[in-house]
Amino acid sequence: MYWSTSRVVVVVLVCLVGVALIASGCPKPPAPVVTPPIPPPTQPAVTPPSGEPIKVGAIFSVTGPGAPLGTPEKETVALVEKMVNDSGGINGRPLEIIVADDQSDENQALAAAKRLIDRDKVVVVVGPTISGTSLAIIKTFEDAKLPLVSCAASIKITQPVKEWVFSTAQPDTLAVARLMEYLKAKKISKIAVVFDSNAFGKSGMDVLEKQAPDSGVTIVAKESFGSKDTTVSSQLTKLKSAKPEAVICWGTNPGPAVVAKEMKQMKFDVPLFMSHGIANRKFIELAGDAANGVVFPAGKLLVAETLPASEPQKQVLLDYTKAFNDKYQKGPDTFGGHAWDAMQLTVQALKDAGTDPTKLRAAIEKTTKFVGVTGIFNLSATDHNGLTKDSFVMVTIKDGNWVLAE
Amino acid sequence: MHGPELLQYLITGLTQGAIYALVAAGFNLVYAATGIINFAQGEFVMLGGLLAVTFVAWHMPLAAAVLLPILVVMAVGAAVHWFAIRPLRRAHVVTLIMITIGVSVVLRGAARLIWGADSHPLPPFTPGDSIGLGGATVQPQSLWIVGVTAVAGVALALFFRRTLMGRAMVACALNSRAARLAGIRVDRMNMWAFAFAGGIGALAGSVLTPMTFTSYDVGTLLALKGFCAAVLGGIGNNMGAVLGGLILGVVESLGAGMFSGYKDAFAFVVLLLVLFLRPAGLLGVGLRRDDQ
Repeated sequence: MYWSTSRVVVVVLVCLVGVALIASGCPKPPAPVVTPPIPPPTQPAVTPPSGEPIKVGAIFSVTGPGAPLGTPEKETVALVEKMVNDSGGINGRPLEIIVADDQSDENQALAAAKRLIDRDKVVVVVGPTISGTSLAIIKTFEDAKLPLVSCAASIKITQPVKEWVFSTAQPDTLAVARLMEYLKAKKISKIAVVFDSNAFGKSGMDVLEKQAPDSGVTIVAKESFGSKDTTVSSQLTKLKSAKPEAVICWGTNPGPAVVAKEMKQMKFDVPLFMSHGIANRKFIELAGDAANGVVFPAGKLLVAETLPASEPQKQVLLDYTKAFNDKYQKGPDTFGGHAWDAMQLTVQALKDAGTDPTKLRAAIEKTTKFVGVTGIFNLSATDHNGLTKDSFVMVTIKDGNWVLAE
Repeated sequence: MHGPELLQYLITGLTQGAIYALVAAGFNLVYAATGIINFAQGEFVMLGGLLAVTFVAWHMPLAAAVLLPILVVMAVGAAVHWFAIRPLRRAHVVTLIMITIGVSVVLRGAARLIWGADSHPLPPFTPGDSIGLGGATVQPQSLWIVGVTAVAGVALALFFRRTLMGRAMVACALNSRAARLAGIRVDRMNMWAFAFAGGIGALAGSVLTPMTFTSYDVGTLLALKGFCAAVLGGIGNNMGAVLGGLILGVVESLGAGMFSGYKDAFAFVVLLLVLFLRPAGLLGVGLRRDDQ
């Protein structure tokens, strides 16, 4: 009796371990999330789409470390699918989006790409969410000769130009360029940099070092911190002793929030600049008071309401915010914006050129003056991203809210 | 390197080291009683911090929100022993250590389901500006961390020397068969060891979280560093844990200040050196031989 009870406990425990493994994102048989059947159009005036659906694949990090980015992207493509089908589909045919979760993992992304191409026979794929997974599947799309519109930011995705690969996120070179322009305007020439030792932080550091000399900015000290470090005080002490005019922190949550708090606590009173990696509510929640006064380059979505009426993107930003808010009862974010742009680019190209991959690719590449959430896209044979540094604005945090920095 | 700068490194290092010492003390409690290295110790720390965050969100007074997780995680620790370790008490120690790794994965997965993957903040125990000290600054929370560690260290020492339960626990560690013959309920003592380890872990978690943040996955690295501190000081020795933790914290802080890219390497190099030169740790007397 005694042993049998304990065996039951052990079996239950083993089951729990299994559940936890799945929950923590260990490899599991990937199941594509097929979106539900097309909902009936709400406006009877529009002819409902009919015939063979046009299949578009989407690969997003719905689980794993990239989940905070991939989730709004998945929600956004579902929104676009409904909007397109409600307004008559693509040239009368319904749009069907097949979403696959890459679990923020390169191998899963590769498997999802192969499945979408070979089994689901999609004509174009939107995503992945993050740079690592995007880079991992580029070759698959080059070989399959199928267009891929990534939502990730690494400059390596679009430079050098790959025939079949596009991206709708601003690369960090543009964020740094915008920041340098701002530093120059503020006559700040001696900076110290503290960066996250993950891919985002290291890449930002490289770009900063490359662009600083051209803007007349000297980096007097640079230190890194681990994404999981509980304190950055030592690194900040080192930076403080170099007496910079400003500190730049390049990283993603929670590191930059630790930096903001500790700088305030050690009375290290110089202007603090950060990256677009903190363009989310979480940063303000984590850093609290210390978030106030931090200045960083960000997409215009954060400050959509306060943009001047002459801003060409303003209408798109407000439309996207309203559509997203109506469907999900929460505000959209920059990453969902990348997915919105990728979908709109793709839908427009499908309307113009049909489903032949070669013609579709050419149509995407020819897109100019496309006003998106991220920026105004002018794609060409030599630029598969098509954004400029003007897609960034300098934003600061005031009383826990984002406002345009002067 | 100037005076104030060096002082700042020391302050940062001692604060961080105090946390490592608390984690190491948790390792020691379980090791002393059962001979097991409990790799779920980091998850106890994580649970303490996240529970405190939740209780604060429920508008509990801060003191209650910080103390209540200690009781909850003590219950978790006891449950871990009762349901995962005790049924297999005849298994080899290595098997039991494997089980604690499994438990840590379960707790981490459960925490992720409950609290999500984001980081969460906690307000400092005493609000207010940092205190200036010879050109360096000290956060009030640092004082709390160092104070809590000191009190916990003294309390543990008194517990093992002066109380019946503490002495019984030591007896189980020295010779569990003899302890059983003397009428000590070894199972129950082991359960209490896990419970106290949970409590001290939760204490570390809630005192640490206001300085940094917490999330479902902070336990892994803290457990690794805490384990290093325990080994550095001599595993099973509580004064050793405090010494090991503080040395580790200061070395890391100096390392981060000089070559931040190699910060973690510094700690592990010190650990390797100690293990080569003094395998039992700084204050250790050699690994406990099991009498079974």
